[in-house]
Amino acid sequence: MIFLKLILTNLSRHRVRTGISIAGIAFSVAAMLTVVTILQGAVAMFSGLLSADSHIIVFEKDVSDLFFSSVPDSAVQQIQAMPMVAHADPVLFGIVSSSDHPIITCFGLTPADSRIHNASWIAGTRANFGKNTKGVVLGQRAADFLHAHLGSSVAIGHGTFTVVGIVHLKNGFEDGGVFMPLKTAQDFFHKPGESSVLTVKLKNRNDQAAFKNLIREQYPNLIALKDQEFDRSYSQFKILKATAWAVGLCGLLLGGLGVANTMIMSVFTRIREIAILRVNGFSNTQIAAMVFGESGIVSIIGAVSGLLIGAACIFLLKMVPALHGYIDSRIQPLVVAAVVVLALLTGIAGALYPAAYAMRIRAVEALRFE
Amino acid sequence: MSSLSRSPDTTLAAAAPSPVVVRADDVFKSYDAGAIRVLNGVDFSAHAGQTIALCGPSGCGKSTLLHLLGGLDEPTAGRIFIHGAQLQRGRSTLNILRHQIGFVFQLHNLIPGLTLEENCMVPAVAAGTPRDTARARLHHLAERTGLSHRINQRIQKLSGGERQRTALCRALMNKPGILLADEPTGSLDEHTSAQIFNLLLELAETEGITLIMATHDRAIAGKCDRLVEMRDGKVVESGLPHA
Repeated sequence: MIFLKLILTNLSRHRVRTGISIAGIAFSVAAMLTVVTILQGAVAMFSGLLSADSHIIVFEKDVSDLFFSSVPDSAVQQIQAMPMVAHADPVLFGIVSSSDHPIITCFGLTPADSRIHNASWIAGTRANFGKNTKGVVLGQRAADFLHAHLGSSVAIGHGTFTVVGIVHLKNGFEDGGVFMPLKTAQDFFHKPGESSVLTVKLKNRNDQAAFKNLIREQYPNLIALKDQEFDRSYSQFKILKATAWAVGLCGLLLGGLGVANTMIMSVFTRIREIAILRVNGFSNTQIAAMVFGESGIVSIIGAVSGLLIGAACIFLLKMVPALHGYIDSRIQPLVVAAVVVLALLTGIAGALYPAAYAMRIRAVEALRFE
Repeated sequence: MSSLSRSPDTTLAAAAPSPVVVRADDVFKSYDAGAIRVLNGVDFSAHAGQTIALCGPSGCGKSTLLHLLGGLDEPTAGRIFIHGAQLQRGRSTLNILRHQIGFVFQLHNLIPGLTLEENCMVPAVAAGTPRDTARARLHHLAERTGLSHRINQRIQKLSGGERQRTALCRALMNKPGILLADEPTGSLDEHTSAQIFNLLLELAETEGITLIMATHDRAIAGKCDRLVEMRDGKVVESGLPHA
């Protein structure tokens, strides 16, 4: 208890310095949590969008971005006809903007697509989708921000379309998206006879390896990946995740430098006090434990504060209309654990030099110069 | 000073029936690779329960000798023994420091921000003494030193005399056999100084402590069992303060 009091007393003696240090860690943790959660959420949403009711994704080989992928209609039809395939849904991705919204994701789909079938219809019926080449179905969130309702005309990109249905979808990308008949989308995005990806559900899940081999042999320009393989190997996902962690780590590194600075100042300004502790029998281990204890408390308070600030930031960002559908506010426990562990490690790393310095303080030298 | 015996320090052992608890054998201490020599072959011993005043001009090596006897520093040459065990760098010296030796300095050297009780508990925490045992000891010492009513006060609210008495309590927390005091009354007024010194003597006697005290105050030194005169890093005279 006295040991803890010694630690807390020292931290409370220099409240501003301690506060700045805690703030450094807190903002670093908040930045890391926010960036990682948003990007991981986005990745998960995009990944979920592709893997909806499918086992395998087929797309153009060696493309860095699925928006540039091209799967020809001929290949789509041949794959759909394969005996091992339960259903194969071509999807064409496109991004347009409207006057108020810089990014609206468009999906070119066939009426048989599982997204249309499994959606919860708020207005209109699935039977209407694809009957009219100028008819689009809007996600609920897209309908909200486009102020659209059933039968209204909406300006999307350079075209004007009629709303033939409004659906609610769990996936934020989809709920904030516009669904067009595939042919309409191909014309609209100047990609006649092409799809971005083909999501494939097999009759027997165990045929995945055989299906992948078949695609490799018959379509040298295409690649088939299991959903999980795609998540791991898609370069955009990897770049996003790496960027998120790198940005977060840089923030945490800065926070760690703040802790190091605080702890160095803390040790330097009480050399005499540490000498007194030595005279009273404190060992090197106890002195080091005191320094690490201080940095640990700063890190823990900083990490907890950072988690709260980060959660608040994510919640607030989710409220921003322009970001509707692109932020998943669910914070993954693994991300929280990783962020907290990294914050603690940063705190410990920041206290390494100050602790080593404190352990080298010789009582007799510190006391001689009174 | 003429009343002091010029006989070697060890001759006193014959007169004192109690065992030697502190011994310095031909101790040298120098700094800056020998450029500054502080102790030049000190032979010194103290018997259990003795009160010893180390006197001499500033810079003669009194404090340095106390630091060496207390294991805070290591001699350049020579050996220090506490209860027959040679002080060496390491855990054994730390244990001796924790359980056998208490220090009081000219400045109280208490930790600001902590209460009297918390300051006094520091040595007990270092030694791993059970909390209840330590508290009982503290209350006993606080009563002996007249600080019972101030036990929960922060150090900043204590007077100079109270702070030095607190420092004394802290030094005695782990029931050391040896109390090393470096000018313990040097920063106090005459009245408080006398009070603290009398308290030191009283506690040393009742607790059976060997008190070794560096002081410039000849009147205070005169009340000790033995006076050791140092000059230029050597013990030049050692004996009874009075004829």
